[in-house]
Amino acid sequence: MYFNSNNLSAFINDARVRNIGFQVLIIGALVFSVWWLMDNTLTNLENRGKSLGFGFLVQTAGFEISDTLGTWLFDYEVGVSTYTDIYFIGITNTLLIAVLGIFLASIIGFTVGIMRLSNNFVLKYFATVYVEVIRNVPLLLQLFFWYFAVLGILPGARSQLEVLGGLGGLNITGLYLPAPVFQTGFGVVFFAFIASLVLSYGIARLSKKKQEKTGQGFNVALIAPVLIILITGTTYVIMGGPLDWTFPEFKNTGPIFKRGFQSDTGMVLVPEMLAVLLALTLYTAGFIAEIVRAGIVAVSRGQTEASYSVGLRPGVTLRLIVIPQAMRIIIPPLTSQYLNLTKNSSLAVAIAYPELVSIFAGTALNQVGKEIEMIFMVMSTYLVISLITSFFMNWFNARVKIVER
Amino acid sequence: MTQHSHDSVFVRTVDAETLPPPQNQSGIRGWLWRNLFYSVMDYSSVGASVRSLAMLFFTVLVSYVGITQLWYLLDFVFLSAVWSDPTGIKREACWTVSQGGTLPDDWHAACWPFVFAKLKFLAYGPYPMDELWRVNVTGLLGLAGIFWLLIEALPFRRLVGVLMLTAYPVIALILLTGGASDANYVNSGAYILVGLALITVGRLGQRGLLGVLASDFASIIGFVGWSLIVYQVLMLIFSVDVGLEPVGTGDWGGLLITLVVAVTGIVVSLPLGVVLALGRRSNMPVARLLCTIFIEFWRGVPLISVLFMASVMIPLFLPEGVNFDKLMRALIGVMLFSAAYMAEVVRGGLQAIDKGQYEAAEAMGLTYWQSMRQIILPQALTHVIPGIVNTFIGLFKDTTLVSIIGLFDLLGAGKSAIADASWSSPVQAISIYLFVAFIFFVFCFGMSRYSIFMENKLSKSRSH
Repeated sequence: MYFNSNNLSAFINDARVRNIGFQVLIIGALVFSVWWLMDNTLTNLENRGKSLGFGFLVQTAGFEISDTLGTWLFDYEVGVSTYTDIYFIGITNTLLIAVLGIFLASIIGFTVGIMRLSNNFVLKYFATVYVEVIRNVPLLLQLFFWYFAVLGILPGARSQLEVLGGLGGLNITGLYLPAPVFQTGFGVVFFAFIASLVLSYGIARLSKKKQEKTGQGFNVALIAPVLIILITGTTYVIMGGPLDWTFPEFKNTGPIFKRGFQSDTGMVLVPEMLAVLLALTLYTAGFIAEIVRAGIVAVSRGQTEASYSVGLRPGVTLRLIVIPQAMRIIIPPLTSQYLNLTKNSSLAVAIAYPELVSIFAGTALNQVGKEIEMIFMVMSTYLVISLITSFFMNWFNARVKIVER
Repeated sequence: MTQHSHDSVFVRTVDAETLPPPQNQSGIRGWLWRNLFYSVMDYSSVGASVRSLAMLFFTVLVSYVGITQLWYLLDFVFLSAVWSDPTGIKREACWTVSQGGTLPDDWHAACWPFVFAKLKFLAYGPYPMDELWRVNVTGLLGLAGIFWLLIEALPFRRLVGVLMLTAYPVIALILLTGGASDANYVNSGAYILVGLALITVGRLGQRGLLGVLASDFASIIGFVGWSLIVYQVLMLIFSVDVGLEPVGTGDWGGLLITLVVAVTGIVVSLPLGVVLALGRRSNMPVARLLCTIFIEFWRGVPLISVLFMASVMIPLFLPEGVNFDKLMRALIGVMLFSAAYMAEVVRGGLQAIDKGQYEAAEAMGLTYWQSMRQIILPQALTHVIPGIVNTFIGLFKDTTLVSIIGLFDLLGAGKSAIADASWSSPVQAISIYLFVAFIFFVFCFGMSRYSIFMENKLSKSRSH
């Protein structure tokens, strides 16, 4: 009835109405742009005679992939393995680099971070120079440096640098190491090892409980290793030593083209992997070091002083007072560094280490030409890895958080 | 009375001299004690001895490694390096005797004549030789502007800032590409007329001449009109033939591409990041959800895959006939990627602002955008300047990744310089990588020092 312009004005100036109107506009714009992009894509695909679909996943792939954990796990064979295999080989190799890199980078990063706070100036300045140089040079450049400039001048395929006292060797084709060969019965030994770990954990828990009650625990640091070695060792002997090693075989006699490391002996880490691992580990360690340093510095000085004043020794203070508090500050940025490391492993595409981006979004994409599907798969894989890691770290973070009373 | 019968009583009449501090607490010895020996000289208990010995071992090891590596680097870069190639024998200048050159067989050091010979290529890539002055002018202008903005004593900094963000990109683009792009004058003219009409409608609406409804939308209508006109005028400016030879982005390379990608990424990612951060903290569920998804998506995937996507999928997304060149596609990828990271930094700043500030702004009757622009964002952004600079450093380093999708940035140019057989020698790769690393180090280290400087300044200004 009273639908005059004043009412209308009041209506469109109502904050709620504006909110809803704006959101409807956003959704409209989104739907329109998605439709526009899809329409363009479909037209373009049609013009190029392509179609959407994941049928390529069961096609067989026809290109070589260098020997890595992935190819070994999935028995890669040119002309037999499918693109699905390639996808999983890529994921395996990415995860391998990520896990090894995270492990090594954490060790180096924590060491260097604590070194930067040392009252020993040799260690302090060494750590500072390391952190400043590593953090201010692009990762890709460091990767090239390790791959082309350092690993590139290793001895050629017909000679070697001995490592591990001659048990393994290093040359331009990679790092050759003794490889374990698991005989039947190794599963039992492995199981015994796990069981002894669980047992040690149980003892540690018991000791802690006893300590809280009576002030005296067991000497877990002594009991646990003895227990683990004893149980695993006995099972190993009982099962008749179900673990053999094959050693890399190096020939420098005979026909010249057959000299060098023989294939199918021992285990080989391809130089690409070594370079990626070196570069990623050292790079991420520089960032972790800064995070650790900042975390420890952020714990207020009063905490340390209070701890000294109740008579705790410096080592105990660091272990029981400072580090637990620093960890709360360290963990969130540490998580994002772990994720960065995982994502940065994709730089391996530059030196053709066969990880996900390199073989699936690179070589395989060039062969099949399914841009949309393949890039979608690669991106969702990284997203899933990121999400899982953040969920896990959030859970861990919640555990170490201050319990407010 | 005055008999000194109590000789044993001694009353001091002069102050005792202040003793110097113990020798191991002052001077060089004291410094060495505090900074070196303290950690390795405690043998009071078994545990302390073990720790001291471990530290001693570690210290010796680190000094040994540090000194030998530093010496090796010095030797490699300066002492043993080949500095000149006076006879123009190129690669043979860096060959050892057994390789056919004149250097001793155990020689292993940098080959600088190779880097000097490639200097132009590293800086400009395949940019036409006669047109290099254009790049230089662009660079010098940019450098001058940035220094003007960073030095606080200089006047007119606001004006310079506005010019750097508006006029400079236009000048830079014209200088670098040569301008004279295609333009449809009839279309542009028509659009400008439409824009003028919209502005007029907006103006009339503001004065209330077109009814209440129009007056509410007047500012939006006016904004659309202005945007149209600015866009078309820019198109027209770029189409003016200023007599420069056109240079396609395919001929750009080296440091030029690195800087173009980095600067564009930095300049675009900041406003985009602010909008995304505001969206993520907005009270509109749709905006919040979309911004969160957008941010988490780009942060969850590696930049390489973003660049791959940009280079292979953008051509599919665009309508027929529209085509972006390689550089443009990489730029889009880099912008989206860095905007997401920037958004998270800005969000940190927004969260650090006291809730009272938001409420006070609202109580003053400011609209959302007014309160953001005048109250919240100025505080939030100053708060996170160090974080923003760190994101810039990350972005600057990440520009090297464009070399993987076939652009010749500084690193890519270095890599393709290595392929030059006329300079091939075993130290070719390492020489050029060292040089490129040095350039990146100078840029990034400079930025990080600036960030620390800003951090100190801000924490000082915050404390009083």
